[in-house]
Amino acid sequence: MTPITVRVDGATYADDVEPRTLLVHYLREQLGKVGTVVGCDTSNCGACTVHLDGEAVKSCTVLAVQADGCEVTTIEGVASGGDLHPVQKAFNEMHGLQCGYCTPGMIMASIDLLEDNPDPSDDEVREGIEGNLCRCTGYQNIVRAVRHAAAEMRGGADGHVVPAQVDTAAAPHVVGQA
Amino acid sequence: MIPAPFAYARPTTVDEALQAIADGGEDVKVLAGGQSLIPVMRLRLAAPETVVDLGKVEGLRGVRDDGDAIVIGAMTTHSDVLADPLIAEHAPLIAEATGTVADRQVRHRGTFGGALVHADPAGDLPAVALALDAEFVIVGPGGRRTVPASEFFLDYLTTAVGEGELLVEVRVPKLAGSWGMHYEKFNRVAQAWSIVAVAAVVRRENGRITEARVGLTNMGPTPLRARQVEEALAGAEATAEAVAAASERAADGTEPSSDLNAQADYRQHLARVLTRRAVSTAAGL
Ligand SMILES: Cc1cc2nc3c(=O)[nH]c(=O)nc-3n(C[C@H](O)[C@H](O)[C@H](O)COP(=O)(O)OP(=O)(O)OC[C@H]3O[C@@H](n4cnc5c(N)ncnc54)[C@H](O)[C@@H]3O)c2cc1C
Ligand code: FES
Ligand code: FES
Repeated sequence: MTPITVRVDGATYADDVEPRTLLVHYLREQLGKVGTVVGCDTSNCGACTVHLDGEAVKSCTVLAVQADGCEVTTIEGVASGGDLHPVQKAFNEMHGLQCGYCTPGMIMASIDLLEDNPDPSDDEVREGIEGNLCRCTGYQNIVRAVRHAAAEMRGGADGHVVPAQVDTAAAPHVVGQA
Repeated sequence: MIPAPFAYARPTTVDEALQAIADGGEDVKVLAGGQSLIPVMRLRLAAPETVVDLGKVEGLRGVRDDGDAIVIGAMTTHSDVLADPLIAEHAPLIAEATGTVADRQVRHRGTFGGALVHADPAGDLPAVALALDAEFVIVGPGGRRTVPASEFFLDYLTTAVGEGELLVEVRVPKLAGSWGMHYEKFNRVAQAWSIVAVAAVVRRENGRITEARVGLTNMGPTPLRARQVEEALAGAEATAEAVAAASERAADGTEPSSDLNAQADYRQHLARVLTRRAVSTAAGL
């Protein structure tokens, strides 16, 4: 057992953990923060995304012992009081989810992206959340939700967000590489 | 799945880390960003007795100016690399390739040194280090040594970093002025690993290519230099035709693997096409 001290969603926890414990399991099983979910075994899906010292990481690919002394924010910590985070609100309003399993990770990855790029284009959103897989929505409304939230967070009206269009072509950056 | 149990050491200096490796038993693994090691431990493809975490070791993270070279600490994360002004100025090829690695989450944790020591044939940074003639600074119980990139990548997932040793930093010669560089990568949607990629570093003077270095990703068990292309380009006119002719030789002598993503002959085709594109862009054509 290794002692760790971690701040999670504003509260400080001191615990003994087995070194092999993944951060996601520590959050879910030891702290009861089940908002963060596990979607794969291969570090690909991003469902487990949390912020570690302010940066989005896949909590299934971080050991709990590596988070010692760090600050973790999960999906359960982004709302303030009863007010949803603008990105949470936008996923709701823009229908950015169907089953909702990918949503906690999508929201955490999107918040991280918007901190670096407050006004991303559609392509930049797609690139920015490429580490998150959604098996339901086809991403179209997720991209809308992120851009809607971005506009909201820049202060003010939902400027350039356009309704979803039917477009089955691959993302342009991929075409560019082919 | 979760990893098999292991003993965990969290040293704070390089000396302590070397000691922890020496004391760790038969099967010791060094943990850098964990973005390759933790996935293989979760799949139980690796089950080390001891894990030595470099996360708190001082002095391994960051980039510094060292005269005619820049020095990149092994624990510098991919996202640090992307934001670094020295890399942007003196070795933009590294940032360009790093920007194609994985996704934002993985780039926040994964490290420059970890990606090089892991030496995955599909990894993007080994071919870049090879094309830039980087030098690898390795420490171990026997002291400190410097290994040129040409002698660093030995075999599939195997480098000159021996048991009990650590990669501490990588020296990258500054290339300015008449040098141009470009990384051209071919991969599938939402799967960032390269099927094939090409790193080109080209010096252009008075309408001619005076020197070219071409690194190939995923054209064999280790990254390769396309020597025949480099020889054909040295002294050639900087024209699209000359580059296209030289690039025809990019796959000569290679034995790439066949897998789910591509057959060997398709990889060889890609190497020729991507070399032409990478060299053309690097030469400003
Ligand atoms: C979903 C996903 C997608 C990815 N896509 C790409 C991609 O497109 N292109 C790409 O290049 N990479 C990709 N990667 C891998 C990524 O670049 C990793 O960051 C990198 O391969 C390993 O770096 P790390 O710091 O995480 O090393 P770790 O996983 O911590 O270590 C990897 C290996 O290197 C050894 N090691 C690490 N540092 C040292 C050191 N300083 N001295 C001695 N030994 C050391 C470890 O013991 C281990 O064996 C991907 C990873 C994931 C999870
Ligand atoms: S659970 Fe799929 S990336 Fe973490
Ligand atoms: S909404 Fe179901 S996986 Fe994304």
